[in-house]
Amino acid sequence: MDFQLSDDQRALRAGVRELLAGRFGRDRMRAALDDGTGVDRALWRELGEAGFFALRLPEAEGGVGLGLPESVLLFEEVGRSLLPGPLIATHLAAGPVKGAAQGGTVVAVLDPGQPVAHLGEADALLVLGPGYGPRASAASVDVTRVRGDATPVRSIDPFTPLWRAGDPEETGERLPGGGRLRDEGALLTAAEQLGSAARTTEMAVQHAGEREQFGSPIGSFQAVKHLCAGMLVRAELARCAVYAAAVTADPVEIAGAKLLADDAAVRNARDCLQVHGGMGFTWEADVHLHLKRAWLRSGQWLTAAAAEEVLAGDLC
Amino acid sequence: MDLAYTEEEREFRARLREWLGGVLPGLPPKPRPDDWPGRRAYDTAWQRMLHDAGYAGLHWPVDAGGRGATPTQHLIFLEETEKAGAPYVGANFVGLLHAGPTIAAEGTAEQRARWLPPVLRGDEIWCQGFSEPDAGSDLAALRTRAVRDGDHYVVSGSKIWTSHAEVADWCELLVRTDPAAPKHRGITWLAMEMDAPGVTVRPLRTLAGSTEFAEMFLDEVRVPLSHRVGAENDGWRVTMVTLSFERGTAFVGEVVACRRTLDELAAEARRSGRWDDPVLRRRLGRLNAEFRALWRLTQWNVSEAQRAGGGGVPGTGGSVFKLRYSHARQELYEAAAEVLGADSADLDREWVLDRLSSLSYTIAAGTSQIQRNIVAERMLGLPKGR
Repeated sequence: MDFQLSDDQRALRAGVRELLAGRFGRDRMRAALDDGTGVDRALWRELGEAGFFALRLPEAEGGVGLGLPESVLLFEEVGRSLLPGPLIATHLAAGPVKGAAQGGTVVAVLDPGQPVAHLGEADALLVLGPGYGPRASAASVDVTRVRGDATPVRSIDPFTPLWRAGDPEETGERLPGGGRLRDEGALLTAAEQLGSAARTTEMAVQHAGEREQFGSPIGSFQAVKHLCAGMLVRAELARCAVYAAAVTADPVEIAGAKLLADDAAVRNARDCLQVHGGMGFTWEADVHLHLKRAWLRSGQWLTAAAAEEVLAGDLC
Repeated sequence: MDLAYTEEEREFRARLREWLGGVLPGLPPKPRPDDWPGRRAYDTAWQRMLHDAGYAGLHWPVDAGGRGATPTQHLIFLEETEKAGAPYVGANFVGLLHAGPTIAAEGTAEQRARWLPPVLRGDEIWCQGFSEPDAGSDLAALRTRAVRDGDHYVVSGSKIWTSHAEVADWCELLVRTDPAAPKHRGITWLAMEMDAPGVTVRPLRTLAGSTEFAEMFLDEVRVPLSHRVGAENDGWRVTMVTLSFERGTAFVGEVVACRRTLDELAAEARRSGRWDDPVLRRRLGRLNAEFRALWRLTQWNVSEAQRAGGGGVPGTGGSVFKLRYSHARQELYEAAAEVLGADSADLDREWVLDRLSSLSYTIAAGTSQIQRNIVAERMLGLPKGR
């Protein structure tokens, strides 16, 4: 047993972090926020060239031939960076949907009953079947027809345009391995939540170390440092749950990972906001962007209620 | 990231399972919780069986009489013994997990030869004299005095929360040898015989009604200088070696046990019909996520220790684990009370006493507040302060 990152995995993580810092650093991120740009197609093609979407496709099919643990490390970095767009759906569609692997086709996901993220920018649409675990299904349907019947929602997350769409008739092509899509989508979303939870911990610790009140850094006060310690504990427990679920790919373990990572992302963002005081309530601080995205992700792929039922069903 | 066990680790597990399957059916019945001599005899007999089978001091270094097992093998040992329902470390706890490792790391060759083999054989029991009435979380404020008199220290003061004091042979004792020095620099680590003149033990009754620990009064107890481990006034550093052990793998078996309890709670809820309540069902589901993740965190910490080549798990990683585990354990028994319904008031029902004893988990071995200080200051680098 060696439940730690391998050297290759560390290098992959460092490489992705560097790529995202260079192409979607804070200035770029804030500019994208002001411009209201969602999907940056030039960046997507660049990510495609770097193997971002084709990471798990076999090398014979032009992919990188890596596994779920590596995908999890990738999306953890996405979560840190706040990079917007239906990256997970496109990553999952890299095999069956033409152009997705190269970053040329933007693929969104429709989970009946949930708002659809980035429907306006999508070139293709995956439709998730009901249920969770191996019996779930997924299909690819005509995006323009769904878009024609959909109405835009004023999204709580400025980076994630949402649409209210009807229940599509599943006339599209059923995807091979569709039963894994919801599990894998939940796992990769949990990875994004983990990245966000770790990032908001860093932001809180940095602020608590710099901001002075009563003549001392506020991080020297136990009332503040204990909030920060709690954030680290949440993030590290979620990390172990997410990484282990990536190794086993077990639906129950994935449900646990999603539950704990959702919790870590939302609660850490809220504590980070609290540590920032009045600044935390401003548009200028980044923390609200993490919190809003964490809220959205909590409702995607596998909700807390559904995850808890999966986990309860596992008990004998 | 690899959760698969190696061929060697699988063989180790298989041999251990086979041995446990052979010996456990022959064990005598467990003694009553208040039968301290019986508990000592039961726990030490088990330790002797482990010793004779080559499993004693598994994670201790070979030159200390241990087996030099890897952290992963130690994890497998704790997991398998718990799953098989083997006796817990019990009265051997301090000897095997605190005092022994301290002597192994800091003691002289003579001291190791004198004290370690009896711990491994289950011949001698140790207790811990660290906390005092006015030195709890602020352990370094301890005031029990040791003054040199020829080739002895003369020790006076009082200690508290000492587990197994009634049946222990030895006490690992922290004393103040230099009252003028800064508080961390005037402390010394001594091995004190519990039957020495001047030692008085008074059991303390816990809120669960049992006497799990004691107060200890020391009135001019003579301890030979040769019973000092490490240098005089270096006891704080010597002690830190053991405290990180405590938070490392001490709770591995308990996580396994908690997962089994959770399964039993679900079975009981299904039997009684309470399972139809989605609030309770989801609460148990969330606990399933919690304990699964705590097991993975344990594997993560053990793998980290294995890579570092050390025998113990780093204390800071242990603090993260302890913070979350102690809270989760309390949540587990709160959920158990909901499963039991009206029966949760019946002390004779399973889980009711566990609910009471779980209250100590956020206090013993470093309160949650102290653990948060450790995490914030040593892992996150936040400034020390108020």
